[in-house]
Amino acid sequence: MEAIDEIVAEFLVESHENLDQLDRDLLALEQNPDSRELLASVFRTIHTIKGTSGFLAFHKLEKLTHVGENLLSRLRDGRIGLNDDRATALLKMVDAVRGLLAAIEATGLEGDADHSGLISTLSTMLEDGPPPVATPVPAPLGEVLVDAGATTPDAVEIARMEQGLGDSRPIGSILVDHGSTTPAAVETALETQTAHRSVVDSSVRVDVDLLDSLMRLVGELVLARNQLVSRLDDAADTSKDSSLARSAQRLSLVTSELQEQVMKTRMQPVDSVWSKMPRVVRDLAKQCGRLVRLEMDGRETELDRSVLEAIKDPLTHLVRNAVDHGIEAPEIRTAAGKPAEGVLRLRAYHEAGQVHLEIIDDGAGIDPQRIAAKAIERGLVSQGQLSTMTTREIMHMIFLPGFSTMGTVTNVSGRGVGMDVVKTRIEGIGGSVDVSSKVGGGSTFRLTIPLTLAIIPALTIGCVGRRYAVPQVSVLELVRLSGEHARGGIELISGAPVYRLRDMLLPLVRLDEQLGLVPIGAADAEGAVADDSRGGFIVVLHAEQQRFGLVVDDVLDTQEIVVKPLGRHLKGIPVYAGATILGDGSVVLILDATTLARRSGVLNSTAALAAVDTGDEIEVVDPVLVVEIAGDRRAAIPLDMVTRLEEIPAASIEHVGGREVVQYRGHIMPLVRLSTLLGGYGESTAGDGVQLVVYTRGERSVGFVVERILDIASERIGTRSDIDDHALVGSVVVGDKVVELLDVDSAVLAANPNFYAAEPAPTPEEALA
Amino acid sequence: MSQLSTFVVGKYLFGVDVSLVQEVVRLQTITPVPLAAPEIAGLINLRGEVLTAVDLRARMGMSRSATTRDPVNVVIRVDDEPVSLLVDEIGAVLEVSQVPFEQTPSTVDERVREMLLGAYPLPDRLLLALNAQRVLALTEDVRAA
Repeated sequence: MEAIDEIVAEFLVESHENLDQLDRDLLALEQNPDSRELLASVFRTIHTIKGTSGFLAFHKLEKLTHVGENLLSRLRDGRIGLNDDRATALLKMVDAVRGLLAAIEATGLEGDADHSGLISTLSTMLEDGPPPVATPVPAPLGEVLVDAGATTPDAVEIARMEQGLGDSRPIGSILVDHGSTTPAAVETALETQTAHRSVVDSSVRVDVDLLDSLMRLVGELVLARNQLVSRLDDAADTSKDSSLARSAQRLSLVTSELQEQVMKTRMQPVDSVWSKMPRVVRDLAKQCGRLVRLEMDGRETELDRSVLEAIKDPLTHLVRNAVDHGIEAPEIRTAAGKPAEGVLRLRAYHEAGQVHLEIIDDGAGIDPQRIAAKAIERGLVSQGQLSTMTTREIMHMIFLPGFSTMGTVTNVSGRGVGMDVVKTRIEGIGGSVDVSSKVGGGSTFRLTIPLTLAIIPALTIGCVGRRYAVPQVSVLELVRLSGEHARGGIELISGAPVYRLRDMLLPLVRLDEQLGLVPIGAADAEGAVADDSRGGFIVVLHAEQQRFGLVVDDVLDTQEIVVKPLGRHLKGIPVYAGATILGDGSVVLILDATTLARRSGVLNSTAALAAVDTGDEIEVVDPVLVVEIAGDRRAAIPLDMVTRLEEIPAASIEHVGGREVVQYRGHIMPLVRLSTLLGGYGESTAGDGVQLVVYTRGERSVGFVVERILDIASERIGTRSDIDDHALVGSVVVGDKVVELLDVDSAVLAANPNFYAAEPAPTPEEALA
Repeated sequence: MSQLSTFVVGKYLFGVDVSLVQEVVRLQTITPVPLAAPEIAGLINLRGEVLTAVDLRARMGMSRSATTRDPVNVVIRVDDEPVSLLVDEIGAVLEVSQVPFEQTPSTVDERVREMLLGAYPLPDRLLLALNAQRVLALTEDVRAA
């Protein structure tokens, strides 16, 4: 130890002298940047420090001086010039070296000082170019150690407290002293920490094929895991091998984590596709004589790269279409009273395990009349068919093969190819396309796509003795049909089976019929419905923003499945989205909810018609609370306006100045009977309990008295222009019924005209926001 | 000169080029695929891969019930996609050197004849060389929407 200390001391003295020289040299260099001699001298000094520090195992010092040396050698060789930034960085390096040397002198160790920022700055200066705006901040040493499993968070906490109490030693040595970790671990952690530092070092390029094969292997591992778990479950009764069970559980956990991480490696922001759009839009706008401003929201939204690959062309097509067909020429726009510059907006966001992409333009919109006329001209539909079609169905005809609305075929799009391809492609990856439009106001194309194609959670169901899988994203809920009249709840409305679910009619699709396992209509034949005491389940699915029930015999379980594509002989059957292998090794087909719905025609059923016939403009709104006001009358209240639901005894209602109030949470809360406010059919609150929907802002609350709380629904809104009833803002379609949407603000004001008046209650605008 | 992997389906002895045959396996479980063409027996799990199994009896216009034995899967790889052919019985790999008869004897069913490359006379019977592509080109009889 003596000998080493002597060497260190010698190194320190020598280095200090050199550093002083270095400072002078660098400053002189600034005056005379081309002096080779000065540069060579500086280079030699740093080189010496670097060499010795490496020999003495002062790794931080070595790393820092190494980068400095690289920069200096380039400067010396004249490959890059010395500018202000470089000189500043080099001077900072000298300061840092001096700091490290001081730490070594004091403690024999390099200390905790962090030079990653400096190192990366120096690294980026190796080339001529702008310096980086920000440098990454490395994780503190303690965290690195904890992450590496070399110590515990508690030990780090204690060490930090000691530092706080005046212990000047670096955290690593405190931990070593406490026996919380080993010097070797600290060494490794320091290296890890440094490794984390520059962006260049923290990422590697990996071949996409390698990632794909990793993904495939993980898929296999997931299968093997499922298999093992299901075997263990089977064996659970007979053998009590708990260590095996524990290992299996551990394997299961690690597999899930591995799967998640590998999935992450394949995720890319949607921007990797979007980034090409500004150019596409610019070129096309020039070509078509349009003025277009492109806006993008949610660039960072991540998707699996296979999905991104699949949506690239459809997305480009939609964008081109929007510029060419959607946004009008500037003079037409000006004439229509719109700004000459059109806005094309791309939006991406995650919701419910899916990615939503929207292409929104403020152009001419799509005229259903024109679509209809064109479709007849092209012989795609007959006049008779057209008369039974909804606006939505008419709009969707643009996705038919061979459809083009442009009067003339342009160079860009409008050859009648494309929209059908867009739809096919998106549906091919398990997504869906929807379009909504307002004549003169623009169009919105909405793509809903799965996050990943490889591994998905799915529900396994039984039907006629066979198992099938339904992707969980399509499943809304499960309804069990049991008891003597198990299927008695199924009614026939104009020949189509429906189920009354919480007072809403749910159109039904029988899986056995759809798969051709029983003749269509057999189960609904005269008398069969009533007698059918066979149990079963209704899997409530949604497809193309409509819900329907799939009648199956059995619901088995939910598991992660690996989607395997079907061979070419089966690709043509759209009911199947693929196949998978379950834990027991058996092959199971994956059903496609959208195709099932479409094949069976439920998308055109009464409920579906009601959903689209309420207005021209269709929008998806936030969830609403559906309440019964009086008799059959219903109203919907935006859920974000609902603070609480309460039931109070009718006797607790008091009258103050002609108003009904109730004592609620230490305040007096005015009540509004929605039946009175909305002109219902008179009082009907016969029971003892009164149902209240409480709306609270700040300290103030208002209670809306309703007959019954029915449901929470997330449904489409059809804005009705002819509503003149005050306290209503529009109508919503919930299930098959049109429900009026309550204007909460005017209802609140009816109870308490001063509700929004004084502080701290917010203004109506804020309350609405 | 070529090597043919042979198998029996009904009364016929067929052969496919041995280079197309990936493996021969006997699997019990086949998942039927409703709505698929009648020649499709279903899906099999071949070590984690999902393969379509084509019932050669059905393909050749014979009924499956005529045999009680479990079929054997001959996995062939055509156009880079493995497909399993369900056959009654697997035979030897035979080397055939002579040029096949171009004209298949009229005793062979018309439907079968369409799928042949040619026929080789063996001492005791006739070996029918199958055109794998044509065997797998099922009529587009997919009862889909």
